[in-house]
Amino acid sequence: MTAIILQVVIGGLLMGLIYALVAAGLSLIFGLMDIVNFAHGELMMLAMFAAFVLWQYAGLDPLMMLPVVALLLFGLGVLIYRGLIARALSVSFNRGMVQIFVTFGLAIFIRGAAQFVFGGEFKSINTGWLAGRTAQIGGVYLPLPQVAASLVCLVAFAGLLAISRTEFGRALEATREDRDAVALIGIDRDRIFALGWGLGAATVGVAGVMLAGFYYVAPNVGANFALIAYVTVALGGFGSLLGALVAGVLIGEVEAVTAALLEPSLKQVSVFGIYMVVLMFRPRGLFGKL
Amino acid sequence: MAALLRVDCVSKSFGGVAANVDVSFEVAAGEILGLIGPNGAGKTSLFNAIAGEVTPDRGEIRLVGERISGLGPVTCAERGIGRTFQVVRSFDSMTVLENVMVGAYARHRRTAPAMKAAMETLDFCGLASRADRPAYNLSPPEKRRLEVARALATKPRLLLLDEMLTGLTPTEAQSGVQLIRDVQAQGVTIIMVEHVMEIVLPLVSRAVVLNLGRVLTIGSPEEIVRNPDVIRAYLGDRYAAA
Amino acid sequence: MDNRITRRRRRELVVGAVLLVALILLPLPIGDVYTRNLIIISILFAGLAQAWNILGGYCGQISLGHSLYFGIGGYVSTLLFVQAGVPPLIGMFAGGLVGGLVALLVGWPCFRLSGHYYAIATVVVAEIGYLLFLNWDFVGGAMGVYIPFKGDSWLALQFRTQKLPYHYVVLAFAAATWLAAWCIEGSRWGFSWRAVKDDVVAARSLGVRVFPSKMAAAAISGFFTGMGGAIYAQYVGYIDPDSTMSGQLAILIALPAVLGGVGTLWGPFLGAAVLTPLSELSRSYLGGSGRGVDLMIYGLVIVVVALARPAGLLSLFGLRRRAKGAPDGSPA
Repeated sequence: MTAIILQVVIGGLLMGLIYALVAAGLSLIFGLMDIVNFAHGELMMLAMFAAFVLWQYAGLDPLMMLPVVALLLFGLGVLIYRGLIARALSVSFNRGMVQIFVTFGLAIFIRGAAQFVFGGEFKSINTGWLAGRTAQIGGVYLPLPQVAASLVCLVAFAGLLAISRTEFGRALEATREDRDAVALIGIDRDRIFALGWGLGAATVGVAGVMLAGFYYVAPNVGANFALIAYVTVALGGFGSLLGALVAGVLIGEVEAVTAALLEPSLKQVSVFGIYMVVLMFRPRGLFGKL
Repeated sequence: MAALLRVDCVSKSFGGVAANVDVSFEVAAGEILGLIGPNGAGKTSLFNAIAGEVTPDRGEIRLVGERISGLGPVTCAERGIGRTFQVVRSFDSMTVLENVMVGAYARHRRTAPAMKAAMETLDFCGLASRADRPAYNLSPPEKRRLEVARALATKPRLLLLDEMLTGLTPTEAQSGVQLIRDVQAQGVTIIMVEHVMEIVLPLVSRAVVLNLGRVLTIGSPEEIVRNPDVIRAYLGDRYAAA
Repeated sequence: MDNRITRRRRRELVVGAVLLVALILLPLPIGDVYTRNLIIISILFAGLAQAWNILGGYCGQISLGHSLYFGIGGYVSTLLFVQAGVPPLIGMFAGGLVGGLVALLVGWPCFRLSGHYYAIATVVVAEIGYLLFLNWDFVGGAMGVYIPFKGDSWLALQFRTQKLPYHYVVLAFAAATWLAAWCIEGSRWGFSWRAVKDDVVAARSLGVRVFPSKMAAAAISGFFTGMGGAIYAQYVGYIDPDSTMSGQLAILIALPAVLGGVGTLWGPFLGAAVLTPLSELSRSYLGGSGRGVDLMIYGLVIVVVALARPAGLLSLFGLRRRAKGAPDGSPA
């Protein structure tokens, strides 16, 4: 009995950490410039495909290609900022909607492009150091790719926290606090934004690579994860790293428990239900500034 | 003179910082009252309490004998309190006339009378020629006028002006002063918040000086300028700011 | 009173009437079913976008969950017809009413949220609805409900081969949404809603009741969206969660309004006239291969229009406002 409970709880934790990392990138960008990136799930999907391609054609193990894909996504993030977001920020009318729909259009475009290049069918990475392996500790089965993914997520979170303590992190924080004043103290706002996008994309890239180790890869895989990520970010509080971590794990657990006790197909309903309830009492999320 | 507004022992703190402590004063019908004080004196907090935007922790505010504190800005507007904003808040998707019509609808259900009232108000405020311009297209002094017009369109008994004259050139300020006198001549009571004493004192019948959240003194402009406490509070503030 | 506002409103009414006549005549010379279908879908989405515009455009509440009201409206009229024999011509009003009611239920918690929190909450609420319908056996679960054909009838909105009657049904629907928007624009409600959109604090200070304004806008918007869902279900003869309640659909409803010109009378129609044929045509000519070229084109159009014409395609025509000068670039 204990083993079953543990199994459920650990399963929730392993998935929750992935959710948390996907959400962290979204939260970072939002906190920095008040933009919700509706193409976030598609960035994750691209990272998964990058992992798939590197695995299939270069025989790289997902763990090995982490830095490569993270770097690729960083570049893509910067590119998206420079090419689209900077423009969206500069419009003088209807800015809120323009931001939503520019990133949304980008999401559709990326999804279409992925379908064009890779086709619509599901793919998966099924060889590698950890692929398909499980460890068993005290009657609890631990799928190793997921364990590795969770560990990487924790490391990535630690990395994000470390970055937030560096010079760049302080510049990020200052830019978030007062977007106009930072120009006065010699911070190049545009550059910070671009780096923020790079970092946000790299973060979700890391999550995507690790996810590709045990999850199917397809052009529409991002949509579902993105929705969970929005809920995670809103639940944790936009812009809060800690909030993303706590909310991500919470959502993973709620899903696991619902699936075990009630009905797997309803697991998201209870997640969304809890989100709505929390918003009743804390309209800006668990860790959001009121 | 009958008291139009009575502020009674109002206290308010934000996150442990006291913005207003035991503030009491009365505003007589028809007068122009100045609300002055150095930065951080609690003017904005008090102003927002009268406008209904902020609920006092203690004490109460009465408009012609009826309690209005804690009832919210909508009720305050309905009871006859109009206000402007320090940082202009125009409705930028609308024309100037449409902006003022939003205010006029507070007293008129139907569009035709609301439009007529709004046009008259615009005329009164000297903005009639700008009626069909988009609101964002106005110059800064015109935007301040628009705020006054919008508030006047709600037919207020009491008009709250938040730093309406600050930052204007002398000529612009002069026409602003004229507008305020015209409004008063219509029988509207006015409270003006200003940071700079020199702007307000020539205009008001009495002024309330706030310092560190408390009422420092209340009196006529002559009494205010001679009061040593006022001078100290202001000079101290200037030295601190320098 | 004769001034620019009243003159403009009268002119809009005239243009609306002319357009209505043109659209009544439009399908008559067109024989082929494909084109007629395209026109019907475009007009339906024009009406849906206008319904969205009432809440999103005039009141500024960016709902990304209108698929919920659309789907529920469709289910209500369908189930009333299939289970209780209520003719859809009446059922679609029931669908609209329930849609409006649900919009009020959603608004109650969600309107306490602002900005992105609101937008995401609407996505989530719609997703909850979608998942519940997907798992609810009474409404057919993922399989959905087929609407049995009971013979050509206006009351049942069923026509075996003809497209023309549907054309007039969706046209009446779109015209009704337009008329509603026109009435709102010139009324106290419309002014209050736009004030709420532009600046909540200033609106309150002028006596505008913010929450009731949002609720009223949501109810009307939800009503028309639900009605559109009912018409759609009757048109395709089938309803399931994927085709009527998906998040994708919520975007399809909002998009024409946003890209056409949000908060304007003609923007949603213009947006639907451009976007719906574009998406349908690219899907049938390029999407057949399943290679995603249609999605790429569609996504690209959204990005380009949103960036190049932030005020919407309508601003190309210089109709109303923003003819010169940037909104924040007031002359010093």
